[in-house]
Amino acid sequence: MNTQNDRNAYWKANLQLVTICLVIWFVVSYVFGILLVDQLNTIRLGGYKLGFWFAQQGSIYTFVALIFFYAARMNVIDKKFNVHED
Amino acid sequence: MSLQTMTFLVVGATFALYIFIAIKSRASSTGEFYVAGKGVHPVLNGMATGADWMSAASFISMAGLIAFKGYDASVFLMGWTGGYCLLAMLLAPYLRKYGKFTVPEFIGDRYYSNIARVVAVICLITASLTYVIGQMKGIGVAFSRFLELPFEMGLLVGMVIVFIYAVLGGMKGVTYTQIAQYCVLIFAYTVPAIFISLHLTGHIFPQIGLGATMSDGSNIYLLDKLDKTLVELGFNQYTVRNGGMLNIFLYTMSLMIGTAGLPHVITRFFTVPKVKDARSSVGWSLVFIAILYTTAPAVGAMARMNLMETIRPTTGAHAGEWLKYDERPSWFRNWEKTGLLKFEDKNNDGRIQYVGPKYKGLENEMVKVDRDIMVLANPEIANLPNWVIALVAAGGIAAALSTAAGLLLAISSSISHDLLKGIAMPDMSDKAELLAGRIAMAGSILVAGYFGLHPPGFAAQVVALAFGLAASSIFPALMMGIFVKRINNIGAVCGMLAGLGVTLVYIFWFKGWFFFPGTNMAPNDAAHWFLGIAPEAFGTVGAIVNFIVAFIVSSVTAEPPEHIQHLVEDIRVPGTVVRR
Repeated sequence: MNTQNDRNAYWKANLQLVTICLVIWFVVSYVFGILLVDQLNTIRLGGYKLGFWFAQQGSIYTFVALIFFYAARMNVIDKKFNVHED
Repeated sequence: MSLQTMTFLVVGATFALYIFIAIKSRASSTGEFYVAGKGVHPVLNGMATGADWMSAASFISMAGLIAFKGYDASVFLMGWTGGYCLLAMLLAPYLRKYGKFTVPEFIGDRYYSNIARVVAVICLITASLTYVIGQMKGIGVAFSRFLELPFEMGLLVGMVIVFIYAVLGGMKGVTYTQIAQYCVLIFAYTVPAIFISLHLTGHIFPQIGLGATMSDGSNIYLLDKLDKTLVELGFNQYTVRNGGMLNIFLYTMSLMIGTAGLPHVITRFFTVPKVKDARSSVGWSLVFIAILYTTAPAVGAMARMNLMETIRPTTGAHAGEWLKYDERPSWFRNWEKTGLLKFEDKNNDGRIQYVGPKYKGLENEMVKVDRDIMVLANPEIANLPNWVIALVAAGGIAAALSTAAGLLLAISSSISHDLLKGIAMPDMSDKAELLAGRIAMAGSILVAGYFGLHPPGFAAQVVALAFGLAASSIFPALMMGIFVKRINNIGAVCGMLAGLGVTLVYIFWFKGWFFFPGTNMAPNDAAHWFLGIAPEAFGTVGAIVNFIVAFIVSSVTAEPPEHIQHLVEDIRVPGTVVRR
């Protein structure tokens, strides 16, 4: 990790991963939990209406999974570009 | 043993534990006072952050708002968890890499300007102080109930305890104490939820129970029964959207961005050993937070169900009859003493009629049901054993105390470390700096206590205002500082001032200038709000203003100097040395 090119490539890989994660973040909360909630509420998940479930349960589970996914992928990227701290 | 003795015992025992830990690990150097020597394991740090994060708003207030607003209260659930994604991906690892003590310090260095640092301090204090006001309301509710005092007296007792508690230790004491507090508060929150879920649905996990059928043999889904009961009595349906979609969207966004912009939370991730730990530590924090946040919807719905069933049972010998006032249960009497629950027999029939605004033919006689009492009253309403009720009181106090302490620490460090030592008096001794910090804490508690007496909303709503302020001012400055090299000193300062300014004015317009009651310019209701946006949701608009102003001003003024551009490049890459 000395050249400017390496730095730029590392940053690009990071931004790509962040973008993917934030798209999922937006879809589960804002799209499923808010914008499409009335439509999704016509589908049932046991006693839950689906939109209601995303807003009060599903989005939170997804957030937790997303952060660990991001952290794990970043560790791989850090190693690949040899910038991990030890 | 009476409930009050039991409560004293449990609250006293947990207190002794916190104070013991705080004294054991008392901070000696200024570095330790703020960030605990950077040696805290990610999982433990996550747990402590959980306690720091989950305040009276989460513990005491949120489920109560869910109970009365149903789906519309989802803004708190998504808003106060989703922000952790932003924190993990956009801020925490980079700020950890930069490696300073406080948020204004980073902003001052990145925007190479003491003015930027002072503006950041102003934003931070405005947001944190508003947040402490929300805590004070919650603390007042908890203390007034378990000491059986009027709300105002309970608040005074709470202020004294917060003061002693926060002044005692710095971050290190707070970190280990907060791990203990997390354990107490999560135990206190989940135990009654499990009891009630088992009782109503037969499921041990409240998250499952909420979506299950009633175990009373009727085979109807719990949420369907709740919807039916509420609609019959003239209330809004529970599981569907009743508020405006734009407002719900912006409200959620404001809480999320605010989460990532609140200094007392960001500072936590300065305390982990490495950049990669900062990422996973945010994840662990959210795991511990999610345990409470996925339980809260069940607590809210089941508390509402039990409340409705107490006042007007739908099954059993008294099905369809309103509760006689003389036969009201003891929790009802106890909460009446605090003044947070009020009944007025409007038709003089000696019975309690509790109906919603859409009900025809009867007047609502429950003239005051403060939302903030629901979580504390919940185990009593469900007839749970006394030790569970005592435990909930201890948990609520733990939640409020831990967050108040974390916030007061952020306020005091920004005054003593950033304003005094950093700018006004650079040659100040460590000892004088600590003293100044403690004086700042005492001042903040007095201000917060005063407004806690006249809170501009329920605890969770006041806290939501604090998030809007953080969202509109601090988050954009931090994010652009890392992701956009071109933003310069003037751009950042103008952005922060514009964002904070519009948000504050909008809030004061509807809530009263500086929250003084009666000074608001327009009634605080959806009909008067701009595009139906609540003051609590306006932080998103403030943040957008902040971004736009910063971009425009930066693009017409000089580029940041070369060493700042290097600094930004260096904080983006973990394994390098930061060129300062």
